[in-house]
Amino acid sequence: MKSYVLSAASAVAIIASNAAYAGPEAEVLHYWTSGGEARSVAVLQEEFAANGGTWTDMPVAGGGGDAAMTALRARVLSGNAPTAVQLKGPAIQEWYAEGVLADISAVAEAEGWADLLPASIAAHMQCDGTWCAAPVNVHRVDWIWANAEILSANGIEMPTTWEEFNAAAETLMAAGIIPLAHGGQAWQDATVFETVALGVGGPEFYQQALVNLDPEALTSDTMVAVFDQMRIMRGFVDPNFSGRDWNLATAMVMNGEAAFQIMGDWAKGEFIAGGQEPGVDFLCASTPGDGYLYNVDSFAMFAVEGEDKQAGQALLAELVMGQNFQEVFNLNKGSIPARTDVSLDAFDSCAQTSAADMASTSEAGTLLPSYAHGMALFGAQSGAITDVVTAHFNSDMTSQDAVQMLADAVANSM
Amino acid sequence: MTKWLQDHMPKLVLAPSFIAILVFVYGFIAWTAWVSLTRSRLLPKYEVEGFFQYGRLFASPRWDTALNNLFIFGLLFIVVAMILGLVLAILLDQNIRTEGAIRTIYLYPMALSMIVTGTAWKWILNPGLGLQATVRGWGFEDFTFDWLIDPDKAIYTVVLAAIWQSSGFVMALFLAGLRSVDTEIIRAAQVDGIPTWRVYTAIIIPSMAPIFLSAFIVLSHLAIKSFDLVIALTGGGPGYATDLPATYMYTMAFSRGDIGQAASSAMIMMMVVFTIVVPYLYSELRSKDD
Repeated sequence: MKSYVLSAASAVAIIASNAAYAGPEAEVLHYWTSGGEARSVAVLQEEFAANGGTWTDMPVAGGGGDAAMTALRARVLSGNAPTAVQLKGPAIQEWYAEGVLADISAVAEAEGWADLLPASIAAHMQCDGTWCAAPVNVHRVDWIWANAEILSANGIEMPTTWEEFNAAAETLMAAGIIPLAHGGQAWQDATVFETVALGVGGPEFYQQALVNLDPEALTSDTMVAVFDQMRIMRGFVDPNFSGRDWNLATAMVMNGEAAFQIMGDWAKGEFIAGGQEPGVDFLCASTPGDGYLYNVDSFAMFAVEGEDKQAGQALLAELVMGQNFQEVFNLNKGSIPARTDVSLDAFDSCAQTSAADMASTSEAGTLLPSYAHGMALFGAQSGAITDVVTAHFNSDMTSQDAVQMLADAVANSM
Repeated sequence: MTKWLQDHMPKLVLAPSFIAILVFVYGFIAWTAWVSLTRSRLLPKYEVEGFFQYGRLFASPRWDTALNNLFIFGLLFIVVAMILGLVLAILLDQNIRTEGAIRTIYLYPMALSMIVTGTAWKWILNPGLGLQATVRGWGFEDFTFDWLIDPDKAIYTVVLAAIWQSSGFVMALFLAGLRSVDTEIIRAAQVDGIPTWRVYTAIIIPSMAPIFLSAFIVLSHLAIKSFDLVIALTGGGPGYATDLPATYMYTMAFSRGDIGQAASSAMIMMMVVFTIVVPYLYSELRSKDD
């Protein structure tokens, strides 16, 4: 009799808990809305559903994520944050400082994320020692892409120093080819600038100047030399570069109008979509100099109420870092997996180079965050630097003036 | 009861919109003013810190450029659009047969949104595929028109597109004004043998002063809040050479997570509007009292 009562009570309890617990739920705010990206997210949705979860998609297109951030701000201010949000870099810590992020350390520790991720990337996913975000991919920013046919026709090798690059560009100019395909938008100017800063100044200088914002490094002679190189590069772009989108610049390399482009590995997707093959039709190499600049997309987990949402959050974190998703997503997107134990057999040679370099630079301590893509600094500071970089690149300002302006702008943005 | 309703009906009907304006216009102006005095970054904070954001704003070379651009753009846009609109209106006022058709053609740009205008002009002015490329294609190899990509001249392309968009509208305003001038006076002048140009300069244009004022107010607020045209035409570039206060504010608020900065720039923009509108309101109210 006693056991009967007990089992009946537990049956009631199970029913009750079932009623409250409807399975894992996740509402995911992201801005992956273009073709390849949308396909990549669909992979995650399917996996989530296959594990019994209910996925509420909340894609917000536009403005390179600006629109999504505006939506996020409205949701957080109204006290109704989404479960997970596509966020990256210091923005994660910025939101953590507002006290709205969740702690997913339980999942991270059970899965051993600390051993699976390069240390500097793992640091981005942690807020005051707890895990608060899950990385999706690693884009390398300091790539230089080249048209293979033009290079061999002009007897040029992929440059390994900036002097070699300048010499190659002079040769190409003489041959009537645009040396550098570039789009004059502030973020593209900043992308070129950070690769030049890394190459000319070295990883330590980069860390001091563009990550730590050390005033001494910002006003050093090395920084003057970086701006000098930017001025030289300005001579290698065609006069009509203003406002051009990056993919049009990539197209110029593809169809042989221009020889090189400096752009993150999303450019690879354009080459491949154009039917070109890495190593045959186009070449990829890291920009001259040591180091590796990464741009890591991630999902930050926001504090949510309710067991089903928290279960959804945990499941989502587990799946995002899962081997299968990391492989499929990154094959679609052109980046490489953030976790280091995924087999790279299915990836192309550029991605394999990227992964090998990530491992070696992580070891050497030269795996660095990209400032131009919001991995190194808060928006106000990186924006202030970009203002100076683009003002210098689009005028005849001297390098000394630019360095002074840079120091003032950084101080003013604090 | 009915009497009470009759007495209070106007107030009751107006109350909702009055409250809405009080909250959504003046309430939010006050909120922005408050936020502009704080150190708000990603989310608004409410501890007042003084005028620190305004100091940052005026130390920023980009804001300098934006204000200068507003001055250049506003002045040229208002003056040229008004002159052009007036000339077009006078020409159309000569009792020509196809006036209806021509008026429609000139008014059409107004029907386009600024985004469309900006995109179309971006293509026309792009040296690689627009006007310059076309003229060069005709054999004039030295023809150069590359203002769009010249940081010192790019702001004038914004002026050009804005004038193209708005001068037809100004023309319509002036045309209405011309038509409202008392024809008796004009006939009397013609009987006295006064030449037509003097009729315009001495009689018609002076009597259109209120129309000038309306056109000025409409154009100046268009200039100050101008945003979409710049975004579509130059994206603020080359560099930030064509930034305007409105695009500056948007960048700070939505791209850089610097709400305090955005709020302070919005307050300055509002003050610029006030310096134009307040004298207007003052003169309007005073003339009613007379």
